[in-house]
Amino acid sequence: MKQYLHGNIAPVAVYKGRCIESPREPYRTGTMKVLFLLVLLAAANCEKVFFGDQVIRVNVESEEQIQLLRALEKDTYWGLDFWLHPVNSELPVDIHVPYQSLYAVKDYLSAHNIPYTVMITNVQDLLDEEKAEMEENNMKERHSRSFNFGAYHPLETIYSWMDDLVAAHPNLVTKDQIGTSYEGRPMYVLKSHLSFLFIHWCVFNEFKKLVIFQIATDFGTDPSLTSLLNTMDIYLLIVANPDGYVHTHTSDRMWRKTRSQNPGSMCRGVDPNRNWDAGFGGPGASSNPCSDSYHGPSPHSEIEVKNVVNLVKSHGNFKSFISIHAYSQLLMYPYGYTCKDAYHAAELDSVGRSAVQKLSSLHGTTYKVGSICKIIYQASGGSIDWSYNVGIKYSFAFELRDTGRYGFILPANQIIPTASETWLALKDIMAYVRDHPY
Amino acid sequence: METGELNPNYYPARRAAAVVQHYLNTRYGSPYRWMFLGNVHNASSEDVTEGRKYQLELTIQEMISNVSGPCSAELLFPGAGTPQVQASCDWLLPNNTRAQEEAFYQQHRDSHNLVSGDRIPDSYGHMEPTMKPFWHLGGVASSFIMLEQSNQSTLYNMAQVANFTQLETEKDQLRFQYHVLLHEMVSQEIIHWKMLITWSPAEGVKVLQTDLQPKCNCEDPPDSIN
Repeated sequence: MKQYLHGNIAPVAVYKGRCIESPREPYRTGTMKVLFLLVLLAAANCEKVFFGDQVIRVNVESEEQIQLLRALEKDTYWGLDFWLHPVNSELPVDIHVPYQSLYAVKDYLSAHNIPYTVMITNVQDLLDEEKAEMEENNMKERHSRSFNFGAYHPLETIYSWMDDLVAAHPNLVTKDQIGTSYEGRPMYVLKSHLSFLFIHWCVFNEFKKLVIFQIATDFGTDPSLTSLLNTMDIYLLIVANPDGYVHTHTSDRMWRKTRSQNPGSMCRGVDPNRNWDAGFGGPGASSNPCSDSYHGPSPHSEIEVKNVVNLVKSHGNFKSFISIHAYSQLLMYPYGYTCKDAYHAAELDSVGRSAVQKLSSLHGTTYKVGSICKIIYQASGGSIDWSYNVGIKYSFAFELRDTGRYGFILPANQIIPTASETWLALKDIMAYVRDHPY
Repeated sequence: METGELNPNYYPARRAAAVVQHYLNTRYGSPYRWMFLGNVHNASSEDVTEGRKYQLELTIQEMISNVSGPCSAELLFPGAGTPQVQASCDWLLPNNTRAQEEAFYQQHRDSHNLVSGDRIPDSYGHMEPTMKPFWHLGGVASSFIMLEQSNQSTLYNMAQVANFTQLETEKDQLRFQYHVLLHEMVSQEIIHWKMLITWSPAEGVKVLQTDLQPKCNCEDPPDSIN
């Protein structure tokens, strides 16, 4: 596992479209954290294994030096462990050197005029520090774990849970504000390290929390997820329409739209899933402000939509965009605004079918797969049509449980089963995206 | 819209099948029998002088007993007005619900203790067990409206029973005033209806009056659902 993680600290310069952090930054501490967790398990059997060990960084200057380092890597005599492998002369090489080999290795490097710096002067000290930090985080994690995922929660509770989660997994999850809603509520994305997958949710907010929690707890133990997060970031927009969400708690449980004021009309709100710039104003959206599918005065007129558009455009490197809704048990791909096949329809269909199979495997829940326009209705101005048209090939929309019996008011005891089965589908899609870079 | 053989998973077949579901509820539904659409297996449509005709093979699920079975149906969407349905589901016979229905009927027939309820299910998908049969009854009665209102551009479900009130039993029929919220999927509208309904094991569900409620664009909708 240790070797595996090292192998996946992929410097930015080599892999286009993956992590966006600077290559000059040391291994991200998230990975290091997991590394040390594993190391800690070994250390539990024999104390102070790494006392005096150092990690040195070699700043390679020539191809010849690369060759020398590669030879060094092959030689097991000094017990070296390469954290960043010799690739080319543009990229640093990091080596964990055992205490007893320090003198010999430094001597060797000097003899060949290979410059280096000491990154970590004593690996054991860092281990001890990490151990203390981990104990603190375990307490915080227990707090975030104790969050009741099997219930509906008001907005404030969701937001404070996000903070707990970030506090418990500071090296894995961060929270960024992408803007505010019409009524001034912040909109946050949770980003789990290591821009790729953008999941946003129009309804059924409770489920996303389980997903991000799942990500935080599975990293390091689920090899597929771990490898995924070592190469890509996942952004989760948990509450895409905070004003609407609050309104469902305070006034009208069935409220669908945003809460913006429409000039000249008594009726408020725009359907946030008809407001995107994809076939805007076409069939399947209403021009009447009182309608629940009102498309709004212009594309991206809704600030909630605009915030996401800005995030995606400024990031520039999302590889997948997944939108989660309720209800109907469907997994759909573009287009909604036209019934013409998207260029990648066949591939998206097959990705969808594979994901749905994984989903069903848990509780037998059946989903249908197809383009929006064919499966459910022609609807213009939808989010995944927009994301697909700006080049995010793997764009999908889920309609979660059920098929109409409870509809929008799904009993709370179905939240966790729904989340668990959907998580399997999401992992399947994410793995596919990871394995099919473009 | 296409005619001929239809993809059974695509919306034209699914919408037609949902109409069959509503039809079956009006014919066979009760506080202990509520039908939902499972899968569509085969579907075809053709244009006829009166409108568009569909032929369907589908699976219907009875929600309370959790029994599913096959049905064949033919339905006509006329130019305007209520769809006309013929359906046969040989397995849908009034049998095992008899005892429960009788017990429920006897329990509520005596007008000394008139029942009422609201927000079924509530915002969290929860309802008291005693309210369940009234939820089913509301769903079945709503099917009368949903059947009547359906066309090729609609897909209806009952979203919630906003409230119901039992009225005096008349002519051996239990009577209720219901206020229901219907969800129309294509327009995404939530539509409020009030209805006066009767039921007995012998006569089944009947809807005597229906009243479309105007969409309220005020801050708090009527019978505010929280």
